[in-house]
Amino acid sequence: MATALEKPPATAERSAAARPRTGLRRHWHLYAAISPFYLLFLAFGLVPVGFSLYLSLHRWDGLGPMEWAGLTQYRYLLTDIDFWSSIGNTIVIWALATFPMIFLAMVTAVLLNSAVRFKNVYRFAYFLPNVTSVVAVAIIFGSVFSTNFGLVNALLQAVGLDQVAWLNTPWGIKVAIATLMTWQWTGYNAIIFLAGLQTIPGELYEAARIDGAGPVQTFFRITLPLMRPMLLFVLVVSTVTGLQSFSEPQVLLQNTANESTYSGGPGHAGRTMVLYFFQQTFDNNDFGYGAAVAWGIFLVVVIFSIINWRLVQRRGE
Amino acid sequence: MASVKGSRSRGIALHAVLVAGLLLSAFPFYWAVIMSTHTSSEIFSYPPKLLPGAHFLENVRNLFDSIDFFGSMLNSLLVAGSVTVLVLFFDSLAAFVFAKFAFPGKRVLFALLMLIFMVPAQLAAIPQFVTMARIGWIGSMTALIVPAAANAFGIFWMRQYMKGAIHDELLDASRIDGANFLRQYWHVALPVVRPGLAFLGIFTFMGQWNDYAWPLIALTDPDNVTLQVALSQLNGTHGTTDYGMVMTGALLALVPLLIVFAIGARQIIGDLAKGAIR
Repeated sequence: MATALEKPPATAERSAAARPRTGLRRHWHLYAAISPFYLLFLAFGLVPVGFSLYLSLHRWDGLGPMEWAGLTQYRYLLTDIDFWSSIGNTIVIWALATFPMIFLAMVTAVLLNSAVRFKNVYRFAYFLPNVTSVVAVAIIFGSVFSTNFGLVNALLQAVGLDQVAWLNTPWGIKVAIATLMTWQWTGYNAIIFLAGLQTIPGELYEAARIDGAGPVQTFFRITLPLMRPMLLFVLVVSTVTGLQSFSEPQVLLQNTANESTYSGGPGHAGRTMVLYFFQQTFDNNDFGYGAAVAWGIFLVVVIFSIINWRLVQRRGE
Repeated sequence: MASVKGSRSRGIALHAVLVAGLLLSAFPFYWAVIMSTHTSSEIFSYPPKLLPGAHFLENVRNLFDSIDFFGSMLNSLLVAGSVTVLVLFFDSLAAFVFAKFAFPGKRVLFALLMLIFMVPAQLAAIPQFVTMARIGWIGSMTALIVPAAANAFGIFWMRQYMKGAIHDELLDASRIDGANFLRQYWHVALPVVRPGLAFLGIFTFMGQWNDYAWPLIALTDPDNVTLQVALSQLNGTHGTTDYGMVMTGALLALVPLLIVFAIGARQIIGDLAKGAIR
């Protein structure tokens, strides 16, 4: 997590580290300023984390006595085909949703940041997907992707293509979930980018205009490079939340699933990692293994986030 | 740059794109509004109802008879309001330090913060209840407010925002003028990060307002709950769910959220001219 632009040069930091006691005393106000988060984590976060680690080393059905299991559940996790397939599902859905979402959000933000009329109306409308009732969303998207009466299939037929059983085929399910996620979160990310665009000084655009740069050139030469911290934020947050998605597949597939609301639809094609966690924990009452699954999820999220961080951070710097 | 005609046709194309996005975004919401004006049986009749019905007031009356709507809304306002104020302060203060100062252990502490951010949320509920019960906060709004007073998401967000928004020359100048750390935070940093704070404020308030799982566990007295928990009591209280009433409740619960958004969003684009491509 290299941060190239930090203020005092690295030598100052190194010499401060060499004399830790004076460093602590000199910087006490900085530690005090960041302390609330860490204190709250110590008070309320550490116990849950420790307990789930403890739980993952035991077999427990939630009622009876716990049984020591050592690392056997983690060993099983490594060979659990269902878990690996849920990782695959999650990553495919994440990629199908995230890249269109970031692109659309950036376009929307740049358009809204230009001198366009009715800005407030658009901004308000793009916020609505974030607050629309889940019940309404489930019913609408269920009917949009319905095989016989759905809007998407009606459009496909109109241009002479075959119908697709969206909520009944592995890829159809993933595309439908990704579409729902894109719909719900594009406006949110557009607001992030819109806030980020406010940090770019107007004089830069003025200068670019005088130099005869067009809008596209201005975007790639000025907007995009200066938006890198925002882009990093959006990518990392989409990774952390997107890889832990469960409400979207659950909402969309709850009526198609025969066995349970956590099954992820026909063929488990929409079963994400967190849905698998719910299935193990609450359908199978296997709390110990559920905890091991949760730590597996954590590991996947960390690895993926580090990869994405490196990608955005290194390019061009 | 371009002729009047050219810029006008570009303006029309621009609005065409934005209106298409608007319709896509707003339609499910529109449909939720329509549902709230019908009875449950009308909602599921075929063909689907696309125009307002006549049962909105009836749904509202049923809703107010079924739950303590305004009492629970007051609780939600208290929780979401307090958490938002605390988060804005603690997160922006910590982010200011991470974005603009060097100190021993900084990289390790920030990496730790990001790791905590990545811990799956599902791990927490049961042990957290035990902790809260031991302190004696179970059943009170304190159990909702205090643990949420600072979070990794907001610190990460404000850090990224401040890296771009606060220029080092400004900080250097204020240091030469003799401003201490808190003065720099209050008078130099905060004024230039208002759009960033507005985003964090809107979505912190929204997250707290819509939070359901933890309040459901922590608020043990069914007569003293937040709005989302009260709304969930509507599901199947009389055997079947009255969807018209449920949608009405969900919709009325949005009103404060939309007001907060309207106020906050105005901070995101302060003055129109700034940074605009014309």
